[in-house]
Parts: sequence; structure tokens; C-alpha cells
Amino acid sequence: MSLHAYALTAPLQDALRPAGIQAVHLGNLWNLTLGLCGLVFAAVLGACLYALWRAPRGDAGTAPDLRSLAQPERRVWRAIAWATAASTLGLLGLLAADVWTSRALARLPLADAVNIELTGHQWWWEARYLDADPAREFMTANELHIPVGRPVLVTLRADDVIHTLWIPNLQGKKDMIPGRTATITLRADRAGSYRGQCAEFCGVEHALMALLVEAEPNAAYEAWAARQREAAPAPRDALAQRGRAVFVNGNCARCHTVAGTDAQGRMGPDLSHLASRRTIGAGMFPNKRGHLAGWIADPQSLKPGVYMPPNALAPDDLQALLAYLETLK
Amino acid sequence: MSAPPGGQEARDPHRFGRLVEDGRVLDVSTLPTFAFGHRSPMWWGTMGLVLIEGTVFALAIMAYFYLRSHAERWPMSGMPPALFWGTVNTGVMLASAVPNHFAKRAAERLDLAKVRLWLVVCMLFSFAFLAVRALEFGALNTRWDTDAYGSAVWMLMGLHTTHLVTDAFDSGVLTVLMFTGPLEGKRYVDVSENAAYWYFVVLSWLPIYAVIYWGARF
Amino acid sequence: MTVLDTAKGSWPERGDAFTLEQTWSDPPGLLGWFSAVNHKTIAVRFMVTTFIFFLLGGLLALAIRLQLALPNGKVLGPDLYNQVFTMHGSTMMFLFAVPVMQAVATYLVPLMIGARSVAFPRMNAFAWWIFTMGGAMLYLAFFLDIGPDAGWFAYVPLAGPDYSPGKRVDFWAQMITFTELSGLMEAIVLITTILKMRAPGMTLNRMPLFVWTILVTNVMVLFAMPAVMLASTALITDRLVDTQFYNPAKGGDALLWQHLFWFFGHPEVYMIFIPPLGFMSSIIATFSRRPVVGYAAMVLALIGTAFLAFGLWVHHMFATNLPELGKAFFTAASLMIAIPTSVQIFCWISTLWTGRIDFKTPLLFVLAFFVILLLGGLTGLMLASVPLDYQLHDTYFVVAHLHYVLLGGAVFPLFGAFYYWFPKFTGRLLGERLGRWNFWLFFIGFNLAFFPMHVLGLQGMPRRVYTYPAEMDWADLNLLATAGALTIGLSVLLFVVNVVRSLRHGAAAGDNPWGAGTLEWSVSSPPPMANFERVPVVHGRFPLWQDAAQPAHVTGLASGYREVLITSVADAKLDHRLWLPGSTPWPFLAAVATTILFVGSIFTPWAVVWGAVPVAIATTAWFWPKREMTGRRVDSELLP
Repeated sequence: MSLHAYALTAPLQDALRPAGIQAVHLGNLWNLTLGLCGLVFAAVLGACLYALWRAPRGDAGTAPDLRSLAQPERRVWRAIAWATAASTLGLLGLLAADVWTSRALARLPLADAVNIELTGHQWWWEARYLDADPAREFMTANELHIPVGRPVLVTLRADDVIHTLWIPNLQGKKDMIPGRTATITLRADRAGSYRGQCAEFCGVEHALMALLVEAEPNAAYEAWAARQREAAPAPRDALAQRGRAVFVNGNCARCHTVAGTDAQGRMGPDLSHLASRRTIGAGMFPNKRGHLAGWIADPQSLKPGVYMPPNALAPDDLQALLAYLETLK
Repeated sequence: MSAPPGGQEARDPHRFGRLVEDGRVLDVSTLPTFAFGHRSPMWWGTMGLVLIEGTVFALAIMAYFYLRSHAERWPMSGMPPALFWGTVNTGVMLASAVPNHFAKRAAERLDLAKVRLWLVVCMLFSFAFLAVRALEFGALNTRWDTDAYGSAVWMLMGLHTTHLVTDAFDSGVLTVLMFTGPLEGKRYVDVSENAAYWYFVVLSWLPIYAVIYWGARF
Repeated sequence: MTVLDTAKGSWPERGDAFTLEQTWSDPPGLLGWFSAVNHKTIAVRFMVTTFIFFLLGGLLALAIRLQLALPNGKVLGPDLYNQVFTMHGSTMMFLFAVPVMQAVATYLVPLMIGARSVAFPRMNAFAWWIFTMGGAMLYLAFFLDIGPDAGWFAYVPLAGPDYSPGKRVDFWAQMITFTELSGLMEAIVLITTILKMRAPGMTLNRMPLFVWTILVTNVMVLFAMPAVMLASTALITDRLVDTQFYNPAKGGDALLWQHLFWFFGHPEVYMIFIPPLGFMSSIIATFSRRPVVGYAAMVLALIGTAFLAFGLWVHHMFATNLPELGKAFFTAASLMIAIPTSVQIFCWISTLWTGRIDFKTPLLFVLAFFVILLLGGLTGLMLASVPLDYQLHDTYFVVAHLHYVLLGGAVFPLFGAFYYWFPKFTGRLLGERLGRWNFWLFFIGFNLAFFPMHVLGLQGMPRRVYTYPAEMDWADLNLLATAGALTIGLSVLLFVVNVVRSLRHGAAAGDNPWGAGTLEWSVSSPPPMANFERVPVVHGRFPLWQDAAQPAHVTGLASGYREVLITSVADAKLDHRLWLPGSTPWPFLAAVATTILFVGSIFTPWAVVWGAVPVAIATTAWFWPKREMTGRRVDSELLP
């Protein structure tokens, strides 16, 4: 099984390149802590090396120095006490910085937030974009679009095992635990493609559970959302129509949903707008015809253990199906 | 430690040994060859076991309340355990502390006849509390697989019952031994330490009883 | 045991080293091998067994690194990879790191405290047997391709009946039962030995710091291991008989597992870390030619560390939805535990500063601590921060951290301890030149392997992934890490070569090759089977360095049977004598019976019932006194 890049620039998955306010807070804390710990490391190791360098040498025959058994070594103890006091101060400083950062993370203003309910599955991401008006809600999978500069409130759930959402350029991670609901807030402050990955061992294909997050200007986001809300238009050419029949009447509809059709399966990702996504297989391959064909025919050979079975389709049916799927923009 | 430089003859060699060879060597051959209570390594072994098992019980009780804190209803389904047999057994176990106490005292006095008597009485009590324990299991009003509440109740019962069984078994072995022999001083220490374990099994039941039988009534 | 005429009240002290040796030796032959209970015999077996597991765990690590050396690796498929990393973690944590410390302790503690034995020699033997059988069971499952694959920490619901079908996780969970039973029994043995069997005059205040670390560690064991036993028992019952502890649909909770597991898991890493602090103190004292600075502070630091270790466990759960205020408390505790460790580090540096340094191989390994553990401890402070942990948790940063603290804090000092005490165990010195090569390859290889992982974690690489895409730019650092891992493998190979060669051709060590000050160096190398021909009387912390005082040793303990001296807890005043049992096959047979019960109960709950019968028989036979022996003891009895 191979993993390939995406057509355009490779998306970032890097905590050291924050692209949103939450990750910036974390990055600042990292820099501060790294600096302080670096100083301590140098000081303590320096003291140790200096001690080794300056101390006279001895061997098994050297008479041991037992003066400390008879009299206390007050000078030495004082030095240790000062060093311990300094360490304690440093620790208190870290504690203060940690608490300060925690509070900063909790203070993200949530006015005009985009609300997403993200459910982790073995080994894909189910997203429901929430809205006060239920008619404006829509589903997607494995790829999120968010507006730059607006907060995003993500509700985290899992139905099978524990997963963890982690988009390092934007925020720290949070567990998705069956039986519990968690929330996380983030905001992208720079447009770009950010890659997230499941960060809790969740089974055989845990390594191949990536999430793509496209941060784009609000207008572009709203346009994307508007398209997602509507079902894709019905196919016009015969091949695609045949493909739709293959989809709805065959195995696909058992697990997948395409809005506006009779295919309402819930076990696998929602495919209503599959063609609008950059990747397939939870970030495994670019969403291109060749990859998609291989995936449909035998996902097990690409991602062993995944719950999608192989599909032995006649070549004509497969071509029709691919043509249909390409209409799901 | 060893006797002071002067006046060692005044010290009891049974407790302090004897300095010999001009104070260069400490002769311990007059020390006893067994001892009771915390003087005995066996006591420390028993206490170690008590700490371990006590920790297991404490954690299991905490798990019970942890699960309860996440539940809307407790018991999650059905009724709490019926009080009768559990309370009867609590009485039986507490009563068994009496012969247990006398067996321990007799052992520490090296009184073989009394040790035999009280150990037999202890065994009668152990048959009783094991029998009632079987009845308790039938009156819990829940199964281990019904829900997490049932699992927690059965786990607590199962853990304690394991101790009742092992306590009964090793007390039984000791009882037989005290009749058949071979006997020596150390065996009285074993009887004394077994009594300490018996106390633990009885006393640890009290919080477990409270949690299982009353924990779902408040 | 030889038969000697008895006179009531005392055995004549023949000063008979030969008789003493006979009395304390293991019987010959195959039956003798299964019946051995001498603590040194068992300890050597224990050290060898844990080292074999270390090598197996290391091979598993090399497999991981080979798979991850390049993107889209094809060395191991996902299923096998998940088994391999589960086995690597489980082996290192349960089958190596804690047991090896107990093994070394069961050899050294009696020698350091002037005792002829551990307190419960048969239980000590049983603990090794049951440990070995449990480890063998786990590896048998792995070689049959039914090894566990849910991680060494087996989070539910993944490890539960719904998402890990079959018996794989059950083998893991039952391995826990085996190893925790062993650990708990060893804890009782070591605590009782330390408290009740110290030579007269060895007050707690005069105990070697290493013995303190063993005492503190094993008290932790009593309170920590029950948590994982309870957790794994509940997991087994969830999987075997449908209890619902961890099933949210029926009122269970996935986090119940995490709380119970980490309540054990965090103290566990300190149980691994604290005995090596004892190695550090022993080795630094000897090779600085002075006692470690600040004995009282060192002891209090150990006790403080042990206490605090129980208050940290939630820092493994920061990414869950637990309340933020609660998490902050655990940050504070996790930062605070650095204070006692800092005190110890400052005391050691002061010791080196004011001493006269002898740069032998044991000291080199110990000095690595001041680089590697120091760095690992500092990354620990980073992970202790809740917000930083949100980025770093479950990434390769944590893999780096844990290896820096575990290898820097435990394995490097352990290798130092092997170089230091190998002469005592075997009578021969390990090669000094090969030792230096061993050390430097290990040090360099370690840093090459694990330092890049800090960067990988920050650059987005999560843990427990069997592969990664080429576009992530993780390939170069992964390749470097693999090169480092191979270097470590090479250094361990050198160690094995050094051991094999030195066993045959190593320089004779003599009693005290390092000029050390504690009691184990007062006897021959290897020690006599009874440890001390004459049990010493102790007058100070460094009996071999300080001037001799009177009385110097004890007389009146028999040589014809295994008689030991029992002393009081705080001040080691004389208390009584005890006749310890000799060689017997019942610990082995009881372990076999217990293994049948444990393995059977993986497959059916009724195994607990019918399996209890052979266990009951074996333990009764173990206990049941022999008429002839009892008769002789009654003849020599002195009442309290």
C-alpha cells in the first residue's frame, strides 16, 4: 500500500508552523519552555562536566575520604539548597506559563463560529456541519473546509474505539472517546491546506487515517458550503446514469449515502460530493480516476483490514460508476 | 544492639546474645528460634499480603463509585441486592472473629489443646459463611453481564469470596496439621499469622458489605 | 543438608566453611535444578531470563526501525507491525524493566545487609518460575501469530471483545497476571528481608542507599501493581464472560481502564527508575572514593519521589475530556516530582565535585545519566504542561522522552551495575577496553536513534504508525533513527561478547576489585553459598572503609542447617534465629499448577475452579512440614 501526495502543494502537518491562534499560543509556550529547559540542561550538565574535569583522579587503592561521616558538609549542602530553590522557582514559572496558556486557549471568542460534529471511525472521519436550521446541515467525510479568521467549534465523538483529532498547525489534540462527547475550538488565521492525523492507536490501519483541512477565505468557504448543502445535480449522460444505477442497486448503497438518491447507507463515508474532495481513503491517494478504480475494485490490497469489501465489477460497470462519481462535485 | 562494653553479664543473653572472645564476637546461640507478632518475618509477609489485597479491594470499591458517578440510575436496572443473607453472613463473619481471637491467644501461649479446639470452631464458622455466601450470590438481584453495575457488584463479591475460600482452605490445612503433626514452635506462629489473615478477611468484608448492599440504596 | 549431632539450645560453631557451603548449596542433578532455592541461584536465573527478554525486545525494536527507516516501508505489514510494537513495549515494561531490578536486588540485598538469605527463599523461587512461564506463554502466542496487537497499554474499547476478537489480547492480559503475581511476591520477599534480616548494628540509618531504593520501590509495588491486576482482570472478564466494565453502551466507561492502568502505569516507571538511583549511589561513591553527599536528603528524596509518583497518573490522560482544573493539579504534581530528583542529581554532582574520580566503565555508564536522563526529565516537564501535551501527546516526541528517561535513567545505570557487580557474581572482571567500546557505541547510538524523534513529533509524526507518506519529510530523521538503533544493537552485541569472553578469560576479580566500602565486597567473588562465613556486626555505613570495631562478627549460627539471624526493624537489634527451608521442587510444581490455571482461564472461566485443585495440592505440599526435619528442630528449639 502506498501513500501519494496531493496534486498541489503538500499540506502541512507541523506543530512548529502555527497557522492559527491556538497553535500560536502553544508555539509560544513551547519556545519559552524550550528556552528555560535548555538553560537548565546546560547548567546542570556543565556543572557535572566541570566537576569531572577539576576533580583529582583516584583508583581502587585511593584511601576514601570519610570526613563527611563525622562532620556535616555545610557548604556543599548550602549549594544544593540554593540549586534546589532555583529549580523550584523555575518549576513554578513553568506552572504559571502553563496555566496562562490553558486559559488563553479557553478564551477563543466563538461568535459566528462554524459548528462541526466530527465522529471518528475505524479508519475515516465523519463530519456533520451543524446549523441552527436543520435543513442547512450537511455531511461530508475526511476533508473539512473552514473559513479563515472565523472560529470553529468541533464536537468530537466516536462510535467504535478511541480516536484523536490532531491538526498540529491549528491546535493541539483531543480524544474522541465512545460514550463521551468532547469539544475543541480552533481558528485558522492563514489560508492553506493542513493535514491532520488520528493520534490514538485505533487498530490495524491507524497509520492511514488522515484528515485534510482546507482553510480558505470566508467567501470561498460559504460557496463550498452552499454546494455541499445541495445534492449534486442528477447525471445527464447515459454513462453516468448507468453508473448511478450501479451505485444505487449494487453494494455501494449498502454503506454509502449520496444525497438525492436512494443510496442512504451509513456505515461508510458520505459520498454526496466525493468529486469535490482532493483525496480518497482518508488521505491515502489523490482523488483521481485510476486510484479510485483501484480502491473500488480491491480496497483490501491497499489498506488491509479496512471494512470496505472488494467489488468485482464488470469493466463497463466500473467505468460507468467512475463517470457517475465524477459528477458528484 | 550488642551489650555495652561493661555489664554485659547483667543483660539477658536470651534477648541480647553474649559477647565472647573479649568482646570481639557476638554469640547468638542463646536467642530464641521463633517469635510471634511483628518480630516474625511471617507477620511481615502477611501484612504485605493484607496491603496488596486491601489495595485491590479499595480500588474495586472506587471503580464501583466511579461507574456510579457516570450513571443516571443506580442500580442501572433492577433492584439492589436483598439484605437478608448478606447481613446474616456479616454476623457470622463477625462472630467468627471470636474463636479466631482465642485460637490466636492459645497459639501464642503454645497451648496445643486450646489451639485445636478453637481452630475446629473456626472451621465450623467457615463452613457456615461459605454456605451463606453461596446463598448471597443468588440474592444479588443482578448478573455480572447485565450492565456495569452488575459487573462491579459481582467483582466485589468475587474478590472477597476468593479470600473466604483461601482463608477456609489454609485454616483447614492448619487445623489438620495441628492434629496430625509434625509440630514445632514455628507452627504456632503460623496459627497466629493465619488468625491475622482471618481478621483481614472479616474486616475487609465490612466496607465491601456496605458498598454492595447499601451503596445502591443512597 | 548434613546430619549433625545436636545439643539442645545451640549448635556448635565449627567455623566450618565446608559444612556451611554444603548446607547452603543447591542439590545436584536435574531434580536439584528444579529444587534450587538459594537466592543467588535464583537471582542469576532471573537476571539471565530478563536479559533474554531484553534482547528479544531489542530485536523487536530493530524490526520496528527497519520498517520505519523508509516511507511506505514493506518490511512488516500493519497487522504484524502492530503485534511487534505491542510485544516490544510489553516485553520491555513487564518482562524486563521491573523484573531485572528485582532480580539484581534479590542477589545483592542479602549481601549488602549481611544476611545469609532472603526472607522467603521458596516464594522467591516461585516468583521467578511464574515470571518465566508467563513470559514464555506470551512469546508462544506471538510465534503462533496470535500475539497481542493492541499496544502494551491495551486501551479499551479497542482491546475489548468487540474490536479485538480472538484470544490475542487475552494472552496479554493474562501475562499481566503472571508478571504482577511475580512482582508482588518479590516485593514481599524484599521488604521483609530488608526490614527483618539486616546484620546486627545495621540501623536503617546505616543501610546502603541501594537498599533504601529497593525498600521504597517494593513498597510502591504493593500499592501500584494491584491496580493493573484489577484492570486486566476486568478486561479478561469483559472478554470472556461479558462483564460490562468498559462498555459505554451498558454503563461501563472507556476511561475506567485508563484510570486504573495509569494509576499503576505511572508508579511503574518510577519503580523502574528508583532502583537504578541506587546503582548510581553505589557506583558514584566507589568511583569518587567518598560517601555520597547528603545521605538523609537522598533517602527523603526517594521517599518523596515514591509518594508523588502516585499523584501523577492523569498526565497520561490530558487529551481526554476530563475537567481542565483537575488536569492542572496533575501538572503541578508532575512538575513537583522533579524536585526530589533534582536534589539527588545535585548530591551526586557534589560527590563527584569533592571526590577523587576513577573513570572505570561502570562510572561511564552512570555518567551517561547526567546527559540522557537529564534531557529526558526536562522533556518530561514539557509533557507535564497540559497545553504543550496537547501538541506532544501520542507523537514521536513522547517516544523520545520515554526512551530518554528509561534508558538514561534505568538501562544505562543498569549496564553500569552489570560492569560493577559482574566481578562479584562471577569472580572475573569484564574487559575494560571492550567495555568502553560498548559504552560509547551505546551512548552515540542511543542519541542518534532517539534525539531525532523529538523533532519528528513536533513535525507531526504520531505514534504507533506502521508507515508514513514520503511527502511528510519525515524520512531523513527516521533513517537516522534506524541507524542509531542498529548502533545500539551493535553495542549490545559487544556487551554479550564481553560477557562470554570474560566468563572464560576475564581477569580474576578478587574480593574487592574496585576498593568499595559496602558489605558485599567483604566476601569472595563469587560469594560463598551462605554469603558470609561469619555474619558481620555493623558499626557504620561503609564497613569496609571505616575502621573495624568490636564486636566484629557473630557466632552461634549453625552451619549444619540454614539458620539465619532475625533482627529488629529500625535498629537491627538481635531478635531471634530462624531455620529457613532448604531445596524443594514445590515452588516449581506450584508454578506449573498456577500456569495451568492461568492459561486455562484464558479459554474458559471454569478453569478457575478446576485449576484451583492442583494449585491447592501443590501449595499444601509446599507448606506441609516433614517429620524428621521437625523433630530435629524441636530438639534445638528455644522458646521466645
